[in-house]
Amino acid sequence: MAMFIARRMGVMLLTMLCLTFIVFFLVTLEPNLRKLSISQTNMRATDQMIESWLVKNGYRDNFFVQYGRWLGVAPKVPNIDPATGEASQRFSFCNDPIEPTYSGVFQGDFGCSTKFRKPVSERLWPALANTGVLMFWVMVVMVPTALVIGVLAGMREGSATDRSLSVVSITSTSTPEYISGVLFTVFFASYLGWLNGSAASATNPNIGVNFSNFTLPVMTMAVYGMGYIARMTRASMAEVMTAQYIRTARLKGMSFRSVVLKHALRNALIAPFTVIMLQFPWLLTGVVIVEVMFRYQGFGWLLVEAAGNNDIDLLLSCSLISVLIVLSTQLISDIGYAYLNPRIRVS
Amino acid sequence: MPPLGTSEIVFGVLAAFTPVWIAVALLFVVSFAFQRRLSLYGRLFETGPGLVGVFICAFWLFTALMADLVAPHGPLEVFASVGKNKVPGTIGPEGEMFLLGTDKLARDVFSRMVYGSQIVMVIAPAATLFAFMVGVTLGLPAGYFGGRTDTVLSFLANLVLAFPVILLFYLLVTPGIRETAVPQVMSGVFFLFPIIFFATLFYTRFKERPQLLAIQLGVVAILGGWIYSSLVFNADPFGLLSLEPNELNIFVAVVFASSPGVFRIVRGLTLDISTRDYVAAAQTRGEGPWYIMLWEILPNARGPLIVDACLRIGYTTILLGTLGYFGLGLIPESPDWGTSIKEASQLLRLYAHPALPPAIALMSFVLGLNLLADALREQSLKD
Repeated sequence: MAMFIARRMGVMLLTMLCLTFIVFFLVTLEPNLRKLSISQTNMRATDQMIESWLVKNGYRDNFFVQYGRWLGVAPKVPNIDPATGEASQRFSFCNDPIEPTYSGVFQGDFGCSTKFRKPVSERLWPALANTGVLMFWVMVVMVPTALVIGVLAGMREGSATDRSLSVVSITSTSTPEYISGVLFTVFFASYLGWLNGSAASATNPNIGVNFSNFTLPVMTMAVYGMGYIARMTRASMAEVMTAQYIRTARLKGMSFRSVVLKHALRNALIAPFTVIMLQFPWLLTGVVIVEVMFRYQGFGWLLVEAAGNNDIDLLLSCSLISVLIVLSTQLISDIGYAYLNPRIRVS
Repeated sequence: MPPLGTSEIVFGVLAAFTPVWIAVALLFVVSFAFQRRLSLYGRLFETGPGLVGVFICAFWLFTALMADLVAPHGPLEVFASVGKNKVPGTIGPEGEMFLLGTDKLARDVFSRMVYGSQIVMVIAPAATLFAFMVGVTLGLPAGYFGGRTDTVLSFLANLVLAFPVILLFYLLVTPGIRETAVPQVMSGVFFLFPIIFFATLFYTRFKERPQLLAIQLGVVAILGGWIYSSLVFNADPFGLLSLEPNELNIFVAVVFASSPGVFRIVRGLTLDISTRDYVAAAQTRGEGPWYIMLWEILPNARGPLIVDACLRIGYTTILLGTLGYFGLGLIPESPDWGTSIKEASQLLRLYAHPALPPAIALMSFVLGLNLLADALREQSLKD
């Protein structure tokens, strides 16, 4: 088991290295650098000004050196005035060092956000915390609902309950966040006027998360993922219900209710566990849509801001975090599956 | 003139779709008449979900084909004299009807929704087809040979799958990237796969019959070369096929995002089917590995692959909507559903009517595909 986890960790690190390298390559393409330079100097900057800004801030250095600086295996250098040879901070708003220092991701320095004019870590962690709150409530709503629907549908395969619940879950998997968000907002916020159509106030420390501003984003996100988990639970439950030991339990005179609760449920919930874990990458896209739609300043909102303004360090950190989430949930799902099902041996 | 009432709007919309109803009715009559001879497709008509799924998919397919007949106005036509954000059922000064109202630029919402189906109907199935070509061509050897081939290809597939889709699109579908060679290089690589696939397919089967093979390879080379040159270099010698740079960009990004999923499924199926007796028999006969993969394993994996294709077209439709919603790739005035939803959701609290038709259209089409996939899965399990 330890060997298995160690090997997976190794692959994970390699994947993260490759992915950040690809992201780094894409964000430092010429048009993207020009866009960054224009937004950092001014809208009417001449080609010469753009070029000199890029040279001054080290964006014209060797590609691998730049990537190494971000990683922390090459020293970050200050801006050197070519005339006087005097060193100055690269980005004064991030309090960058004046001496060359090894300060990259390996040292825990995520760099400097050019869009927000702050160190990345100052924006990243609060945003992640906000998204964590959102995800928590989404999970609290989505998982139990999906499991109940799946178990109810799967325990009597082919019954009327099964048919109608299946239609419900297929409909929910066909409703992406940008559709359910629009439909819910129109119905609950505009037509009925019960709920707040924006979650912007939820990040305001004076107001915080409450029922009125948080229900719509949570519902919107929960709907799309729910159907899929419910379908998987149904399939797993239906399969368990045909097993020999369920028939034995029924034949010895146990009630249907206790057969389902005591014998079937635990075995039927192994497969959905994996599915729930593997939902995280999907939820990430959902987080982006929902946070933009309901103006909630979380990780997804930050990612869109970073991508829209080609904020190199912020975008790299966002990619790193999202890839880390995707890969670690995959690992947890594999380990958890082996742990829940003694018949499966990893390695 | 006073706007139309609710029932008049409903009947008006239903009447506008008359050519589509006729086409769908014809399709159903023909399908029922020849149900026995249509194998899997015929059996779809035996179940409720299958029937509804076929109906919805056929409905949108015919709507896209006959958009010019269904839509009363053009998708980009601006009716300044009618006004912006008019309610459904508005009647213009010259008696034109705006069944579902006008949007914030005074364009007809209903016509835009109808024309929006064309974009989805072209890109989603075509991108899925290409993704399948890539996934099948790489997934078969990964599952069959195993070992290092499998390790390398699986690592690459997992690499792409570890990217959150939205981040991938933000990096790959930007106006900036169209100035570089990245989309062209990617399409140059990806669009080679169908040519490789068909060339290998015919070669492995007919290499003993050089005359037939020459014809087949010639057709593949001409057709493939024609499509390749028109898609990748936008240089169609006949001027029939053309893709704008932004369309190519979207197309390639969607193929790139969905081919690893296909790869994983094909690889899994190949691992399973490789252990069957008929594969062992073919190996004993001395057949080559590519013959076994393409002519023994692939046909036997078709059931799950057809189901997956249905689901994947639906998923691609959702992806296209996401792209439109974030304003990536598609032109801002494009009538596709995602862009329309984005446009309308900015004024959602004031005017809900421009957002609902594209939202319901997209949802119903994906629902149709999912129902179809569900029915197909059930029917193919009966075999």
